[in-house]
Amino acid sequence: MAEFEVVLPLVGGALIGLAAGLLMLLNGRVAGISGIFAALISLRMEERVWRVLFIAGLIAGGLIFMAANPQVFPERFERSLPAMAIAGLLVGFGTRLGGGCTSGHGVCGISRLSVRSIVATLTFILTGAITVYVVSHVMGGA
Amino acid sequence: MKSNFSALFAGLLFSIGLAISGMTLPARIFGFLDFAGRWDPTLLFVMGGAVVVNFGLFRLSRLRGAPLFHPKFVLPTRSRIDPALVGGAALFGAGWGLGGFCPGPLLVSVSTGAVPVLVLLAGVIAGIYAADGLSAIGRSRLRPSD
Repeated sequence: MAEFEVVLPLVGGALIGLAAGLLMLLNGRVAGISGIFAALISLRMEERVWRVLFIAGLIAGGLIFMAANPQVFPERFERSLPAMAIAGLLVGFGTRLGGGCTSGHGVCGISRLSVRSIVATLTFILTGAITVYVVSHVMGGA
Repeated sequence: MKSNFSALFAGLLFSIGLAISGMTLPARIFGFLDFAGRWDPTLLFVMGGAVVVNFGLFRLSRLRGAPLFHPKFVLPTRSRIDPALVGGAALFGAGWGLGGFCPGPLLVSVSTGAVPVLVLLAGVIAGIYAADGLSAIGRSRLRPSD
């Protein structure tokens, strides 16, 4: 097993749950990042401002960490650029087709006890694990 | 106005949560998905913490008739387990396992300006347009012509 921490991941997770919970309690919205981002880059103009600001908040958090504690970001990337491009296509296409990602299905959907989201989450963990198995243990990198 | 501030605040809080829990490191994602290697349970603690808190706040919000800053709750209405759900999740998982990023940590990492991150983001945008384009074509074919 790899080395891991327990407290920071739990606290970080709790903050994620708090952020998603506040977006529901205050704005009545599910914090599904793939859906919010897709609506933002589509040409639909209605309900645009809150989406822009939510994504701006995500990016602003990244900027704060870049300035204060850049160790939260990787120094180098294990995958080649073509692999990253294909990964992006799969993430973009798959989250649109499947109606969500780790936040919308994984965090918000499971919290709502949605069967659709539980099925989606188990599916993307399964195919993610198969991909890592093939890339790391069969191909030896990508 | 208040709803705009709360959306910004929620995005910022979400971002901080992802960064301090290690989810902006693809190695943590690869480790979690590597059941045949040195398995890393970090993501499980992150998900656990998030689901427990979000479950409580979701229950709390359901006790109210409406959210504080908006006239109504906007919740997903679909309940069917269909091929699009499973197929889409399967493709997403493959991309997640290949690149080590899902959309949240990807957007948090944009500020690094790292080329692999920007390449993956460009792929995500292209994938979203491709999926939305295909579904628009599908809808227009299903529409009766008269």
